[in-house]
Amino acid sequence: MIRGKAVVFGDNVDTDVIIPARYLTSTDPKELARHCMEGLDPQFPERVTPGATILVAGKNFGCGSSREHAPLAIKGCGVVAVIAASFARIFFRNAINIGLPILESEEAASRIREGDMVSIDLATGEIRNETTGEVFQAQAFPPFLQEIIAAGGLMNLVEKRVKANS
Amino acid sequence: MGMTITEKIIAAHAGKERVFPGELVQVTVDVMLANDITAPLSIKELEKRGITTIPYPERIVLVADHNTPARDIPSAENVKLMREFAKKHGIPHFFEGGAVGIEHVLLPELGLVVPGDLVIGADSHTCTYGALGAFATGMGSTDLAASWVLGETWLRVPESLKFVLSGERRPFVTGKDLILFIIGEIGVDGARYCAMEFAGPVVSSLSMDERFTMTNMAIEAGAKNGIIAPDEKTLAYVRETGTSRPVRVFTSDPDAEWKNVFEIDVTSIEPQVAFPHLPSNTRSVYGIPKIEIDQVVIGSCTNGRIEDLRMAAAVLRGRKVHPKVRLLIFPGSPKVLRQAEEEGLIRVFLEAGGVIAPPSCGPCLGGHLGVLASFERCAATTNRNFIGRMGHETSEVYLVNPYVAASSAVAGYITAPDKL
Ligand code: SF4
Repeated sequence: MIRGKAVVFGDNVDTDVIIPARYLTSTDPKELARHCMEGLDPQFPERVTPGATILVAGKNFGCGSSREHAPLAIKGCGVVAVIAASFARIFFRNAINIGLPILESEEAASRIREGDMVSIDLATGEIRNETTGEVFQAQAFPPFLQEIIAAGGLMNLVEKRVKANS
Repeated sequence: MGMTITEKIIAAHAGKERVFPGELVQVTVDVMLANDITAPLSIKELEKRGITTIPYPERIVLVADHNTPARDIPSAENVKLMREFAKKHGIPHFFEGGAVGIEHVLLPELGLVVPGDLVIGADSHTCTYGALGAFATGMGSTDLAASWVLGETWLRVPESLKFVLSGERRPFVTGKDLILFIIGEIGVDGARYCAMEFAGPVVSSLSMDERFTMTNMAIEAGAKNGIIAPDEKTLAYVRETGTSRPVRVFTSDPDAEWKNVFEIDVTSIEPQVAFPHLPSNTRSVYGIPKIEIDQVVIGSCTNGRIEDLRMAAAVLRGRKVHPKVRLLIFPGSPKVLRQAEEEGLIRVFLEAGGVIAPPSCGPCLGGHLGVLASFERCAATTNRNFIGRMGHETSEVYLVNPYVAASSAVAGYITAPDKL
């Protein structure tokens, strides 16, 4: 069970505002986190309580570049999950691959307000707004993606395969 | 029921008779690309785990085009990491220094991608290669690292959207305007997770350079890939590269299944300007207020090819850049630069007062070589105008074609050549 306070953004949050390109020479999540969302809200890292914040956004979250630094920066801030009405496809892959839990629910994205306490059951895809008592159902991941998530990211799976073959 | 070109290429790489939209498949990959921003993450991920098996080094392409010539010490370290990785694993296609160009200009030009290929790249504009009749899509660094080890990846077969373009193009309407117009119509998530196939007489009439511009920006509508069926022009282009890679021509069946078909008459389309901060905020250049600019950028994987420079030079010949405007020109590759020099275009740019920058991404992503100060405005032939994309978060980027970029540099505000 994942639990955290909601921090809310709008539609089409792109990777250039999640982490501007001038910081991409670093690959360190902690360093990236310092500039996360800088273009939209320079105070963002302070809005996050590490380990207890869920980012909620509108449609097409993470559109733009393929930079994996974007989910890394979000994760590096201490955000424990992202809920959005929809995700841009490369961001979706990247988040799963690096083990940042993400859920797609239009209803949850439109009803959750800044500061609401939200809990998520990743196994069932259930999102609960503890502040209002509302419950939303996100689409469950196909088994193949669940396998990647269960392994803790794509590279863990690859590593297992490589070492099993050698 | 037939298949689309996208489905056929995926099926061929999945070892299947046919595939269906929505299906998850494992596919072999022909070309696996990363650049100096994304490759370091992939390399560190492999090295951290002690994985040293790279079974298909000849399928990997590494291009140091983003923060080069090295912008600072961390950028230099990133390129060094790529160089050493390429050496260690015998990766023949590593580009830096005088060999470097923007990856999506470079790969087709060198014949590294051919029709029928399945290409993945840790760069969102990997979709550019669809103009060759290849399936090409952007992914992240971890996906690339995994594919370097396995030689394959997983995909969700996309639904296909078909855009049939017909009619007569007006003066100064280019491939850039057609794709901006389409993005303006369907929105930045209008093709999310889908394949965009461009067809019809207008697409057939486009040069390869303009086709690359169109498939390049499929990602700006959220698409997984953009694609154009190969024709004589495609095959001639590929032959000219001298590539020895086998070409496989696929086309969509007449009874293929489309999620949606858009019939577009281009006759009424005028040169487009995408206003900040979304590529879908498009307007006709003839219907906009006076927008004064500080900088013009001509280049990028969208419009950094020889024809783009010819368009710009046609406007700039015998004219001067407005004194308060900085005109930056980034040829997309060493070949483009050499050709522009031979054709006398470079001289035109220099005489007009432009700056010739090295073949690279330049300020397109706001890293270096021409970033914007607070509240500055830029007309650019690039592909993204998000907040802070080219510099300070209060700066603004207007996306235009090379004709409009050049005429705006002369006027000092955004305008078309016929209004100069
Ligand atoms: S030119 Fe711009 S959009 Fe193209 S690859 Fe380089 S940074 Fe990306």
